[in-house]
Formats: sequence, C-alpha cells, structure tokens
Amino acid sequence: MSDSALLLKDVDKFYGPIDYGVHAVKKLSMDVRKGEIIALLGSSGCGKTSTLRMIAGFEAVSRGKISLGGREIQTFPPVRRNVAMAFEGYSLYPPLTVRENIAFALKASKLSHSTVDEKVAGIAKLLEIEDILGRYPSSISGGQQQRASLGRALIRDASLHLLDEPMGQLEPQLRAVLRGRIKHYIKERGLTAILVTHDQTEANALADRIAVMEGGVLQQFDTPQRIKERPANLFTGTFVGEPPMNVFEASVTASENRLAFGLKDGIRLEYAASDFSHTVRDVLKRRQRVVLGVRPYAVKRSADGVTGRVAVNQWLGDQTHIAADFAGGTLVLVEHDRSNLEVGQPIGIRLEPASLHVFDGESGMAISHGEELA
Amino acid sequence: METMSPLERLLRGIALTLVVVFFMFPIVWIFLMSFQTNETILRIPPSVVFTPTLDNYAALITGKLQTAAGTLDIAFMRNLGNSVFLSVVSVAVALLLGVPAAYAFARHKFKGSEDIAFTLLSFRFAPPLLVLLPLTQYFQWLGLSNTYFGLIWVYQLICLPLILWIVRGYFEDISADVEYAYRIAGHSWFATFRKIALPLAGPGIAAAGLLAFIFAWNNFVFALVLASADKQPVTVGALAFVTASGIQYGQIAAAIVLSITPTLALALYAQRYLVEGLSLGAVKG
Repeated sequence: MSDSALLLKDVDKFYGPIDYGVHAVKKLSMDVRKGEIIALLGSSGCGKTSTLRMIAGFEAVSRGKISLGGREIQTFPPVRRNVAMAFEGYSLYPPLTVRENIAFALKASKLSHSTVDEKVAGIAKLLEIEDILGRYPSSISGGQQQRASLGRALIRDASLHLLDEPMGQLEPQLRAVLRGRIKHYIKERGLTAILVTHDQTEANALADRIAVMEGGVLQQFDTPQRIKERPANLFTGTFVGEPPMNVFEASVTASENRLAFGLKDGIRLEYAASDFSHTVRDVLKRRQRVVLGVRPYAVKRSADGVTGRVAVNQWLGDQTHIAADFAGGTLVLVEHDRSNLEVGQPIGIRLEPASLHVFDGESGMAISHGEELA
Repeated sequence: METMSPLERLLRGIALTLVVVFFMFPIVWIFLMSFQTNETILRIPPSVVFTPTLDNYAALITGKLQTAAGTLDIAFMRNLGNSVFLSVVSVAVALLLGVPAAYAFARHKFKGSEDIAFTLLSFRFAPPLLVLLPLTQYFQWLGLSNTYFGLIWVYQLICLPLILWIVRGYFEDISADVEYAYRIAGHSWFATFRKIALPLAGPGIAAAGLLAFIFAWNNFVFALVLASADKQPVTVGALAFVTASGIQYGQIAAAIVLSITPTLALALYAQRYLVEGLSLGAVKG
C-alpha cells in the first residue's frame, strides 16, 4: 500500500455539456498523502469548491479519475465514499439540536450512547460550543452554526475530511485559537483533510501543502514556505503574500560582467554579473522581456539606490507600509519601525539580487528566484 | 406599524366589517335557510324570524324527499360518501405521484425537465369543458366511464399539477447542502428524501394537499359528465333537489351546509400547517 490518501488524475469539470459548457476545473492532478492537511487556495470561482464537491460526490466528474485509499470513487454515490464534510453554508438539520446534529454524524457508526456523548463533549469543548449544545440551529449565530457544522464533520472517523471555508464566519481572535486546536486535533488523530479557503493566513497556518488554483487550473502545489519563496508563476507570486509582491515589467541587457534590468520611466537596475549564478545569468541573457517581482518585506532603502517618490506612509501599529511611485507603478515596502517620510518625498530604493523573482514576460512562468533557477 | 388615530381605527373597523359581512353573509344565510321550510324561505319580505325545523336534515339523512308530487328517493348521503372517497383517494394518489416528481424536478435538472413540468402545469390552463367531450369518448371505449377509477384518474388533472408545482417550490427552498450533509454521513439518497427533504417540506406538502383536496371536492363538470348517480359527488348530487314539482331550497341549503363542513373543518385544522408552510423560508439551513 502506498501512503496516498487521495489521488486526482486529470480531473475535468464542465458545467453543461462536456467540452462546451463552463470549464470550471481543468485537468487537475493532485496527490494527497495520508495524514496531510491540504489547502485549496484561490479566489471565488477558481474551481476550488467544485473540486471539493467532486471529491465528496455532489458534482459529477466530467473526465478523469479520483481515487480514495486506492479505490476509484468518481462514480460512487457520496454514501459509499466514507468522506466527512463541513459545509460553507453550515447545513445543519433544522429540527435537531446542535448536540443531535453533531451526534448524528456518528449514527451510522453504531457506537454506544456513552461513547457518542463523550465524543460530542470533546469536540464541543474543542470548538467552544458546549453552552449551545441544547439549542436549535435557528437560534444561534452564524459563527456558532459554523462551529457546529465543523464539529459534525470533525467528529467522524472518515478517510478524508473536507472543510469548505470552515472558519469564514468566526471572529478573528477565535479563528486564530481554533486554527491551532483544529490542526492539533487533525494531526493527533492522523486524519487527512482538505480545506478550501480564500484566506491565505488560514491556508498557511493549517496546511502542510497549499494548492493554489486560478481559472480552474492548479497553479502550484507545494508547502507554504516554498510557495512564498519560490512561486511557480506570476499568479502565485502576486496572489500569495500580504501585502502582495511588487511586480514591474523589465527588459534584460547583459554584458560580460554586468546584468541590467530596464524598467519604465528610465529606471535601470544594475547588478554585477557575479550577483547571479552562471545558470541564471545564461537563462536571463537569452530573455528580452521579463517581469521582476520583489516582496515588500525584501525591499531595502538605500541612499545610493534608484529613486521613487513616497505616495503613502501608513503606520499599522506594528509595522509601516510605504507605497512609492516607482517605474510607472507602485512599489510597496514594509518596515518594522515608524517612518517620518513625507508624501512626495524622494526615497532611495535598493532591490537585492537575492530577493528578485524573475518571471517570463509572456507566459508568466518563473525563471529564477534570487540566485537559483526556478 | 405606528399607532393609528381613533378615526383611522374606526374606518379600519368599518372596512373589516364590510368585508366580513360580504363574504360571510351567504354562508350565514344558507345556514339559516337549512332550518326552514320552503314556505318560510320564499315568503316576502324575507325574515330571520322563523320556527326552526330539522326536516331538511332528516330528509337528507333518510334519503326520502317529501314533495308535493309524492316521495322521492335521493342519494345525498351516498353522494357525500362519494365526495369524501373521490377527494381523499385523488389527493392521496396525487401526493404519491406528485411529491417524488416535485422532488425530482427541484433537485435534478435533466434534459427537458422544465418542459415536462410545464406540460403538467398546462393541464390546468385548458378549460375542463374543452377536454370533456373527447374524454367521454375515450372513457366509453376504455370502459372507464362511471367508474371510481376513471374519475380519480381525471381528478389528477386537478390535483397533480397543483401539488407538483407547489411542493416543488418548497423542495427548492431547502438548501441542497442540508441533504448533502446527510448523504455524506452515510445515507442513500432515498433515505435523505425520506428523512430530510420530506419532513422539511412537510408543511408545504400539507398545504398543497389541502388545496388539492378543496379543488377536488369542489369539482363539478367532470363528475357531472363522466359519472352516473351512484358515483356522483355532492356537487352534482345537489342537482337532485331541482325536482319536477319545484326547487327544494331548504334541502339544498342543508346539503350545502353538510357538504362544506368537511372542507371547512379540514381547512381550520390545517391552518397552522398552512401558516408554517408559508413561512418555510425561516427554517432554511
């Protein structure tokens, strides 16, 4: 047996006729290992929820295969898939109390009453809903309903747990606390979970690996750290990270011992050829148009650097966000101390070669990250 | 709503009284008529002062109608029985067929589903008289005329579209995810239909069933043409009181009182379901 829990192979989803309807998920392949927490991250309409619902069995798979624990399940009805799911719209049973709603998920497993009570009490404590167990869904808040729905999913001993925006309705403080607890709960029991979210903080905090989706296409599937450090393309680079990555179109000119990027407004970033590895240099030399990306945290100020003009200077209580007009666009940089820069003031900027992400000007695919090739 | 001035309250009261009198007067008048003889009913000017008599009810229940021309046999109690039987069975059949169909139309969009649903609804567009003549012919060929089976079948024209379209709306109002949540917890779609969809749409189904019952009960032309005396409901049976020797107003009034009682009782009993049914949106997941 392999340790693969879930395998998606070339999965397509069309709403409407195959090949003519709306192509919501495009040739998606993904391998989820046992005990892993995966986040499907993307904006609305990127296909993440469609993917989740195909795994659950609520949407037909138009093409491709889904295997769960080695069994091909794409044609199985939901009842035969042994999957648990927390719904974005909570979907609690209105005539049942919160306790019954949660306990209900265990009905099929034929556990004794005392075991069920014990499990419900445990999950209620974890999610801080002990005080509303006797209430009906219509009489509790959205956040409480969401936690009840989450409890109903987590209490089950399924081969796969699907969590659709499981914490969207919670207050920020509670969300932060629950994230930690839920991750611990899942890891402790060795459950496998797929989480759908548009909140990258949640994805980063909970997931072992993040699948970034856009336009129905899987853009990158990797650990949170690698997605941040080595975005596969311009989309992932700009989508993941807060504040977003700064990007500028540039043309490359290379000579024997210099490498220069020409930006708009006549700005030139000059580097010694030795700042880049041979391989990166060789690849960049052959490109004309590229897109340069640099994370706001990596932008340095330097009196002898290139110049921008301050447009916004915002102190957020623990860090400063400075936006500067630069190379026909806006460059954002983050500093940890308060800054007394005035709007309109010139600002010297240095972009370290090690923090430069270079993307292809046409395809948007990453070419290099700092010294290394993508 | 802000508080009303005394004048507004007065006008409101008058308007309400007018509406109640307008709608309730015929029923009250008929109720009074049912305890009178033809003579007191037809006196001029009419009066609400009379000696009540139970003769009309007695005649209906015994089935012996005393007229100037002698004693007539009438089958009113049998008619009433027919009405109950036809309406109950028709609604039961329509619920049995219509509720699962409504669920299918609400949950599964298949090729032509809208067309089929609309065709079923269109059965209610055509005036019954339009289809009656061909229907009579067919029923004679098929040996269905003057059978309960045939009548119940035709009554589906009234009940089925009504139930289908009303109940479909209730099913559509239930969040599909509530059902998915049940199915993913290890239940078949049929169990989901029975345990989740049906109870949640229950008030709506009751409301639709009640409406269908009233429509079936009030039907006149189908039974008039397709059934003979022993299979006819009260709506048609009441014609028997128009006799050669005159119209038996007292008996007609008593017959009307008896025949509206079941539907009225049912409607009053089901009122809370109707109200619940209409506010289903409030229990959405």
